Amino acid sequence: MKKNNLKAWLYLLPALLFLIAFMVYPLMDVLVYSMEEGYNFASQTYYGVGTYNYSYVLHDPYFLQAVKNTFLLVVITVPVSTGLALLISAGLNSIKPLKELFQTIYFLPYVTNTLAVGLVFMILFQKTEYTNGLVNLILGLFGMAPIDFIDGPYWAKMLVLCTYTIWVVLPFKILVLTSALASVNPDFYKAAQVDGTSKFRVFTRITLPMISPMLFYLVITGFIGAFKAYSDAVALFGTNLNAAEMNTIVGYIYDMLYGNSGGFPSYASAAAIILFVIVLTITCINMLVSKNHVYYQ
Amino acid sequence: MKILLENLTKKFPERGRKARGEVTAVNNFSFEIPDGKLIGLLGPSGCGKSTALNLICGLETPTSGKIFFGDKDVTHLPPELRGIGMVFQNYALYPHLTVQQNILFPLENLKGKDRLSKEEMMNRALNAAKLVQIDQLMDRRPGELSGGQQQRVAIARALVKTPGVLLLDEPLSNLDARLRLQTREEIRKIQRATQVTTIFVTHDQDEAMSISDLIVVMKEGSVQQIGTPQEVYDNPSNLFVAKFLGTPPVNVFEGEVRDETLHIGEDAVLKAPGVSNQKVWAAIRPEGFLPDENGPFRCRLNRVEVMGRDVSILSAHTGCESSAIRSIISAEQIIDPDAETVCFSLKPGKVLLFRKDNEERIRLGGNPS
Repeated sequence: MKKNNLKAWLYLLPALLFLIAFMVYPLMDVLVYSMEEGYNFASQTYYGVGTYNYSYVLHDPYFLQAVKNTFLLVVITVPVSTGLALLISAGLNSIKPLKELFQTIYFLPYVTNTLAVGLVFMILFQKTEYTNGLVNLILGLFGMAPIDFIDGPYWAKMLVLCTYTIWVVLPFKILVLTSALASVNPDFYKAAQVDGTSKFRVFTRITLPMISPMLFYLVITGFIGAFKAYSDAVALFGTNLNAAEMNTIVGYIYDMLYGNSGGFPSYASAAAIILFVIVLTITCINMLVSKNHVYYQ
Repeated sequence: MKILLENLTKKFPERGRKARGEVTAVNNFSFEIPDGKLIGLLGPSGCGKSTALNLICGLETPTSGKIFFGDKDVTHLPPELRGIGMVFQNYALYPHLTVQQNILFPLENLKGKDRLSKEEMMNRALNAAKLVQIDQLMDRRPGELSGGQQQRVAIARALVKTPGVLLLDEPLSNLDARLRLQTREEIRKIQRATQVTTIFVTHDQDEAMSISDLIVVMKEGSVQQIGTPQEVYDNPSNLFVAKFLGTPPVNVFEGEVRDETLHIGEDAVLKAPGVSNQKVWAAIRPEGFLPDENGPFRCRLNRVEVMGRDVSILSAHTGCESSAIRSIISAEQIIDPDAETVCFSLKPGKVLLFRKDNEERIRLGGNPS
């Protein structure tokens, strides 16, 4: 028994080494950085140990704006994208002809470059001196005044960011959910049909519970992914996100390290730790809530 | 409820890239299932028995032909309007619901004036559960039940709406041998208690024989014979039915009728009155052999297997289709296991003759077996 254990550890060793070197150690280091007050990059010295960095970050209006943006993004995009993906995959699953073609089409955005797609979105939504953009053109047909989505009011920019994020995350979710739906044993549907179950009830009482593990997986990874959003905002609004009021928490961390106002690894570390705590808390809440609603076979 | 099938046919388009034709899964079914009986649809796998069940159930629509429940034409009714209960081969219990929720499920689907009060639903569910003796397990999930218990839950769920017809698709195939014996008795008992017309599909002739009132033997989509288990066993209409029913299986020989006498090889083994001279298939049930020192049927003795209640003799004969003839005799008769040959006389009723060309039964004249 003992010998077997030793062998097991030996097999695990390579993975463990990498995990420790590239995850545990950096994580600890970030924690240490975040506690060092007045850290000087050049001389690698600091004045003392304490929570000043956290206090600074939590009182920084840019950080608060970033937190607000991130939370809005999470709260809007995760439910909407998951719901949409569920609708689309349920639709895909119920058609027979051209099913594969549609699946491929829906999956295409996943293999497309984020920045390129961001540029396309920007062109669709942007209002310049020469053109109001395609979206405004369509809105104009309904008699609406043109809106500057990229450089205009906050809600318009948030709308574009959310739309873009949803569009980007949708393909993967559709892929996962279509395969989950296809794996439900058709006998369940036959049994339900014999018992005269309405379509709606079949979906809510049979289909949803059956695919709940996959749904739960998508919600958890969706939350984490949305909390870590950064490149999407850059693709749409450029690198000066603070000026555009569109910064995210990860964007804030990046700016603190390398941006124009950068060079503050302590503040960046504190912000990173705060993000870590937020994500951890939300994930725990997710786990607790889902415990009674997710069925594992 | 009485069920009547009229020229029921189901064709499927052939699968595969080059396929153009059609596969006939159910070919021209016409028979009547009397009210309150237990019917076994029996046939080898792929013979269309499950398709036949799905047609009766309404999960498939027939290519042509009609289905009547009582006097009502249900051919084009969806399953939920036919008043049937169905038990699937894998039971199809909803794994995330408890036993009680599973049994309640069909009742909760009822709408409008059919809708029952909460209390009435609970009552019905409990009654159905009691009928199959699972009322102790109401709060468990299907995953926490044994195969036999799951089977009962599936039956309870099928019966809770008090259907006119109960359909069972290979109900015992997922159970182990011992449980199978027990469960088939159980099914018989439940069917007797509820008097619901029941059709069950099986490829196991033992199962079909033991509990059915009537057996429908199928082969390649066509009905071969319909009758009570004993009738079908004693009086098979063709060689296929004779071979399919009975364990151990019937022994088939190439024989020839000359002068109203059946010859197997050189041995003139049995009188065959009223049969013209021709080559035939002779099928002899294992219990049709009587060891007899002066018997006309001489075989090379291979092995004697003692099984306690009776003795099984394995022997060989040049005329036999398979390499070994298995005969079963009572244990009181003593056979010398070292002897070279063994001689039998044959019981006339256990020897069945079939035409060589179409394998149809040849009835003996004057002596209806």
